[in-house]
Amino acid sequence: MKLAILGSGAVGTSVIELAGDYGHDVVAVADSSTGAVDETGLDAEAVLSRKRERGTVGDGTPADVLAADYEALIEATPTTLGDAEPGFSHVERALERDRHVVLANKGPVAERYDDVRALEADSAGTVLFEAAVGGAIPVLSSIGDLNGQVTAARGVLNGTANFILSRMAAEGLGYEHVLAEAQDLGVAEADPTFDVEGIDAALKCVILANVLYEDTYALEDAEIEGIDDLPGSALELAAEDGRTIRLIGEVADGDVRVGPRLVPENGTLAVSGTLNIVQLETKNAGRLNISGRGAGGPETASAVLADVGRLPSPE
Amino acid sequence: MSGATTRSYTVRLELVDEPGELLRALEPIADNGGNLLSIFHERGNLTPRGHIPVEVDLEATEAQFEVIVDALRDAGVNVIQAGAERYSEELTVVLVGHLVETDLSDTLRRFTDCGGVSVADVSLSAPAGTEGPSSARLRLVATEGQSDDALATVRTVADEKDLRVVEPLMEGSA
Repeated sequence: MKLAILGSGAVGTSVIELAGDYGHDVVAVADSSTGAVDETGLDAEAVLSRKRERGTVGDGTPADVLAADYEALIEATPTTLGDAEPGFSHVERALERDRHVVLANKGPVAERYDDVRALEADSAGTVLFEAAVGGAIPVLSSIGDLNGQVTAARGVLNGTANFILSRMAAEGLGYEHVLAEAQDLGVAEADPTFDVEGIDAALKCVILANVLYEDTYALEDAEIEGIDDLPGSALELAAEDGRTIRLIGEVADGDVRVGPRLVPENGTLAVSGTLNIVQLETKNAGRLNISGRGAGGPETASAVLADVGRLPSPE
Repeated sequence: MSGATTRSYTVRLELVDEPGELLRALEPIADNGGNLLSIFHERGNLTPRGHIPVEVDLEATEAQFEVIVDALRDAGVNVIQAGAERYSEELTVVLVGHLVETDLSDTLRRFTDCGGVSVADVSLSAPAGTEGPSSARLRLVATEGQSDDALATVRTVADEKDLRVVEPLMEGSA
């Protein structure tokens, strides 16, 4: 399939790198200000080395990329809140041209799910967004395969917050100390707000709620509490009782909640480090747990490319 | 064997603030086959008559329980309330914030005042002394089916006192 990739961060560049392994051609690539288009297929290594060396992907513009003759648009620009722009307009443009869209960007399906679905209904294109929830973990495809049997979902959906909490519990260190360590290791961003205030996990839960209930949830419908300023003493007290604290997102009974929760120290949900886990409650299959890497370039790209493989193939 | 089924009971007592009073109140329970589960001794909080309220959770058969209540009254202990509330759901929460400044005993009392809940265990960690933020782990025992109400009360009181609540994950703890 011919792919156009918007966004040249960790995920976008990994998709460029790996697309060939999955039998796809990358015909267009854009970062925030430049673009490269070659409808016979771009040379992945040439694009990536230009990006590394010169900070641009080509001599064209992102608009050229949107107008290119591709079959599926990979939207991997940064997640934005509110109107979810410019990601939403990218989705709109592709669907109006009857092209498929695969999102790694959470914004459009977290903040404007009904708009996306309405555009999709009028288009020959399909929208998939496995990579937006739980990185490499096949959450949405599992929910789809279970044919409406999933009644609730919960889990650890932010690796940065999980890393901070597991380090605090294991080493008895304070929040600020562990945050600084996480930033040094590249696990936390310089501005960790999205991760530690629970916003990132909440966006993923909102997407899960949209899929589970086929309704229109947005970030404002979620009850969100972060882990910032949680003292080490809270984790110590939890440990004395065989428990620990994890930032847990829950989608159940029509509600979306994210916040620190007490879980058994050696329980399924107490994954360590940057791992994520999703637990699905089902009507007939009991409880399913899927854990894995919730972030990272190649990991998230694998979810993007799995989606590309799920797209309806042309005649 | 249904007549001999052990159940959980809650007894609310009033004690005079004198040495040995608590022991005197607990002896009739142990002597008559009751199994003590928890004692919530609200020192510092007085009933309108100037006595100390004590809440005792115990396990006993129905027959044993009747004997226990009679024995308490015979011993001159004022039994305010004795009921077969089935205290069966336990939940642990961690509170974070200015617990001492915001009067921890008042906080705990308000949890139990809502009914259906008793505080079985409190563990406080105040690394910064009484001035700074501290954490407390509470084990609450709620009447069957009342865990959600108990949590709602905890949330309301905590919200008023600007405390953070780390709630237990009610499901999915497998």
